[in-house]
Amino acid sequence: MSTVIEKLREYLDKAEAEQIRQLDQLVAATGLPVYKDPKTGALVWVDVRELRLRFQLSVNKIAKFVEGLSQERLYYTVCKRCGAKYFPPQADCPRCKASDMEWREVSREGELITWTVINVKPASFAHNKDYVVGIVRMPEGFNITAWVDADPSALRPGMRLRLVVGRRPGENYITYWFRPAQ
Amino acid sequence: MRRVAVVGVGISKFGYRPDVSLPELAWEAVKEALDDARLDAKDIEAYVVGNVGGWSSEPLPAVVVGEYCGLAPSSGIRVEAACASGSSAVRTAYHMVASGEADIVMAMGVEKMNESPTPTVVEFIGRAGNYFWEFENFGLTFPGYYALHATAYMNKYGATEADLCEVAVKNHYYGSLNPKAQFQKPITLEECLKSRYVAWPLKLYDSSPITDGSAAVILASEEVAKKITDTPVWIKAIGAANGTSNLSKREDFTGLEAARLAAQRAYRKAGIDPNEPVKYLDVAEVHDCFTIAEIMAYEDLGFAKRGEGYKLAREKQTYIGGVIPVNLSGGLKAKGHPIGATGVAMIAELTRQLRQEVERGRQAPIKKGMALAHNVGGTGHYAFVTILSL
Repeated sequence: MSTVIEKLREYLDKAEAEQIRQLDQLVAATGLPVYKDPKTGALVWVDVRELRLRFQLSVNKIAKFVEGLSQERLYYTVCKRCGAKYFPPQADCPRCKASDMEWREVSREGELITWTVINVKPASFAHNKDYVVGIVRMPEGFNITAWVDADPSALRPGMRLRLVVGRRPGENYITYWFRPAQ
Repeated sequence: MRRVAVVGVGISKFGYRPDVSLPELAWEAVKEALDDARLDAKDIEAYVVGNVGGWSSEPLPAVVVGEYCGLAPSSGIRVEAACASGSSAVRTAYHMVASGEADIVMAMGVEKMNESPTPTVVEFIGRAGNYFWEFENFGLTFPGYYALHATAYMNKYGATEADLCEVAVKNHYYGSLNPKAQFQKPITLEECLKSRYVAWPLKLYDSSPITDGSAAVILASEEVAKKITDTPVWIKAIGAANGTSNLSKREDFTGLEAARLAAQRAYRKAGIDPNEPVKYLDVAEVHDCFTIAEIMAYEDLGFAKRGEGYKLAREKQTYIGGVIPVNLSGGLKAKGHPIGATGVAMIAELTRQLRQEVERGRQAPIKKGMALAHNVGGTGHYAFVTILSL
């Protein structure tokens, strides 16, 4: 079984394959990677240098958050000095300038504030069906943005949602989302 | 601080522009602005370029544009404030002139979004919230960010999808009268309501397009301005503010705190009563990247009471003849939204409005001599409110 990263790569490659084939044909036929734009007739040079980006993001200072995910738990931080609560978790407290944080597990239920359905997807999410993204108010006082696994027509403001941490179906890596509370 | 005037403006044709490269596109606006001010490139002491990029090939656009437009070796930089990059360019240029560092400075914005295919552009803008916490796992898109506001706003105040579409209908109507606009066809409410969802509840016709375009304004000190033009338009005030990167950190989703703050700051500086700004203003250009954004702008700017912005749209109060005419250029919705150029184009448009030289049918009556530009970067990640006056 291929990994989520391989699957995504295959998907994007497939989506681009036709364009690359046409570019090769252009170069073979004319010796130049140029074509006339069908809409405007303008002469366009197709970049032959592809730039693929995949960033390396440090999660070093929030290692505890990552560790929490691996145990299917979601953590936030509380400043030991002033009590400020942070989600997304922060390693540093700008309020009192301390960097001594306590890691606590986020409550399992919150209230839906607002939501949308992503119909037109970014290239790297194009392999997904339309997905619902919501912002949920948690009892701790902060909000969490995440997918909502529910029929969007059944959603209402203030509705109680349950936090789930686990392997996202299809992509198979651990993240968090919400579903309607029973 | 010295007074600063706009002495020359230029705007390229907005739209899908495979017929020009990035610097060629910039030149269209730069040349128009130089001609308008009756200046040459060598007269420009410094220039500031609003550009977001990523989707286009040039990583150092300010240098490439400066070279092509003959602005080297004056000092030039690129600035970025997301969709408000143009306003940040104007603000930086304003500070250079106001502080006495230079007498003549050009602010320009240029963006070639169509150098990348649409899914890549959608990806780039979606990544422009807070990357790790909003995009990496949840694939939010830019329409998605505004849709979160639209859902909250509609649920709280009872606005409908038709109310949102009223904004699109108005802006397409004025866009149809603007030869520089990307879309020059009026649309009906039904066409808007029938268009497909991009990020529910926002539809294709609620959304500004992917646009190539450029704009330029030349700013001058009072002394210089009076020598080179009889029709200076003064930058009376600029208010700026930031919001959080993570949308989840916002208090409510029915307005943009950064825009409210930027407006308050600009109003205070310009001597405008924040409770009745429309009494001071002839015309406004507001950030309508999505129809909900224009409705929130009415409230954030104090044109309407909180929760009543959609009524201005429903009652057609933001056409010429209403409470205040808004987006007579067609706005981002119909004129187009080349991200780095938008804020500069707003200043160029309002300068022309105040000089009473825009096309028939979309010229606001100029009685009070003041105009307002409201330019939001991201979903209230940045906000700039600029007041111009005769």
